[in-house]
Amino acid sequence: MFWSPTIERLTVNELERIQEKKLKNLVRNAYEYSPFYKKKFRELGIHPTDIQSLRDLVKLPFTKKQDLRDNYPFGMFAVPLSQIVRFHASSGTTGKPTLVGYTEDDIKVWVESLCRGLVSCGVNNEDIMQIAYGYGLFTGGLGFHYAAEKIGATALPVSAGNTERQINLMRDLGVTVIACTPSYMLYMAEFAEKMGTSLKETKLRMGIFGAEPWSEETRKRIEDKTGIIAYDVYGTSELSGPLFTECIEKNGLHIWADHFLIEVIDPKTGEQVGEGEKGELVVTTLSKEAMPLIRWRTGDITILENEKCNCGRTHPRIMRILGRSDDMLIVRGVNVFPSQIEHVLMQIPEVGDHYMIILDREENLDVMTVQVELSDKVSIDKPADILNLTKKVEERLRVVLGISAKVEIVNPGTLQRFEGKAKRVIDKRKI
Amino acid sequence: MIKQLSVFVENKPGRLASVTEVLFKKGVNLRAFMIADAGDFGIIRMVVDKTEEAFNALRSAGFTVTLNEVLAVEVEDKPGELHRISKVLGDEGINIEYVYAFTSEKHKALIIFRVDDIAKAKAVLEKLGVLFKGKIE
Repeated sequence: MFWSPTIERLTVNELERIQEKKLKNLVRNAYEYSPFYKKKFRELGIHPTDIQSLRDLVKLPFTKKQDLRDNYPFGMFAVPLSQIVRFHASSGTTGKPTLVGYTEDDIKVWVESLCRGLVSCGVNNEDIMQIAYGYGLFTGGLGFHYAAEKIGATALPVSAGNTERQINLMRDLGVTVIACTPSYMLYMAEFAEKMGTSLKETKLRMGIFGAEPWSEETRKRIEDKTGIIAYDVYGTSELSGPLFTECIEKNGLHIWADHFLIEVIDPKTGEQVGEGEKGELVVTTLSKEAMPLIRWRTGDITILENEKCNCGRTHPRIMRILGRSDDMLIVRGVNVFPSQIEHVLMQIPEVGDHYMIILDREENLDVMTVQVELSDKVSIDKPADILNLTKKVEERLRVVLGISAKVEIVNPGTLQRFEGKAKRVIDKRKI
Repeated sequence: MIKQLSVFVENKPGRLASVTEVLFKKGVNLRAFMIADAGDFGIIRMVVDKTEEAFNALRSAGFTVTLNEVLAVEVEDKPGELHRISKVLGDEGINIEYVYAFTSEKHKALIIFRVDDIAKAKAVLEKLGVLFKGKIE
């Protein structure tokens, strides 16, 4: 199924023609109406006429999170406030929050993008969608809300938290689709068991999970425990909110090229990396009016895939987010992404779904401790059973990370649960 | 053979109480109890009167609990009895993984064994006439 059948299947040439036209427009508008870009272009000696084709994109400077902070609140806007119909603020996972503004058309493009995604994974007007992302300044709740209504599905704006009520509503109303963070989904599945029920006994058939990096193994766990199909969604508040999802092929997230121009770069050099290589996602918003962003550094690490998808869509895809360039941990000089640790843990059936990563420094040496809950389904009778499991997890972590980590097996249900974005890293190191 | 519960607990203040609280609330009576400690954690092993109830209560309270069968031997409560049993098992080449014991008026002395070769141990103990076949109450 397609939401916008024609646009979603344009040829690459047709898409590039649209992109080129929109890019030139964007640069002209930014130069004329955005005080921030005007100043920046002048400083760098760039004039809109320098941008004649998509190849000229690399002549343009990157826009970074710090630029948004420096120009808080309205310095990034390219329209008068009278045209702005909504504000959101970033969830501030890292650093202080940043403000974003939307014109009426910005909201339309946002909703259009997410509608395309949701329909590509099979959401339709018969569905009841439980939206367990936070409503408010965070874009997750309202983003899904408007898209669900636009499709004609029924939105259930329950927001995050109050897990018992979530499960009761899900069961009582026959909810078919849920949108929340993957860690909250796992928590809900566990909570349902404690209530003496199982999400498998509900009508829930699909979940759209995002707002934090998650792994393929976590997808398997969610699907096994709940009997639903789990899809990935991506978006950031700066780009509007949740925008891009996987389609039923589950092989990357479609980036709508008529509205967003993407690159993947080496975060250190700023150079574009080859297709199939890991790097930081950089997005130029081709349609945004209120707060256009040129070469926006998302900080998210992914892989670009330009090959046409089996679903028939021609727009490029990004593979699931592998981590953030800024949540990369440097442990004894080695780069470690929490997603790598999750990847290892979720392959080991004897451990549970929840974990914490604790960094500390002992005698000037970084020490990484990974706490993970014992699964409540395993058979344990001797201390050696636990010691062998600890050793097994430590060995697998060492192979994947290239450094050693201390593993602590803890009682099920004792590590912190998260309703919104999971914060699984505690860094106690003092520089 | 009797049923034994094994529970994984971290070595932290209050963890044992969180297990015993569950049992107390269900009115479960402990017959034998031991903790195998291993630094950061321990394994509680116990024989209780209401095994199924205790197992279900612990599991729904979120504990990793295992129900397993162990050998029990009933002997007179007098010197030399454990020696007699362990010598026979040793002579037969059966390795004892762990052992704990309790006495009560009703059961004389009960010794609980976990061995590497349960079938063989069972046969040996049966021949010796000491294998406990009763029910823990």
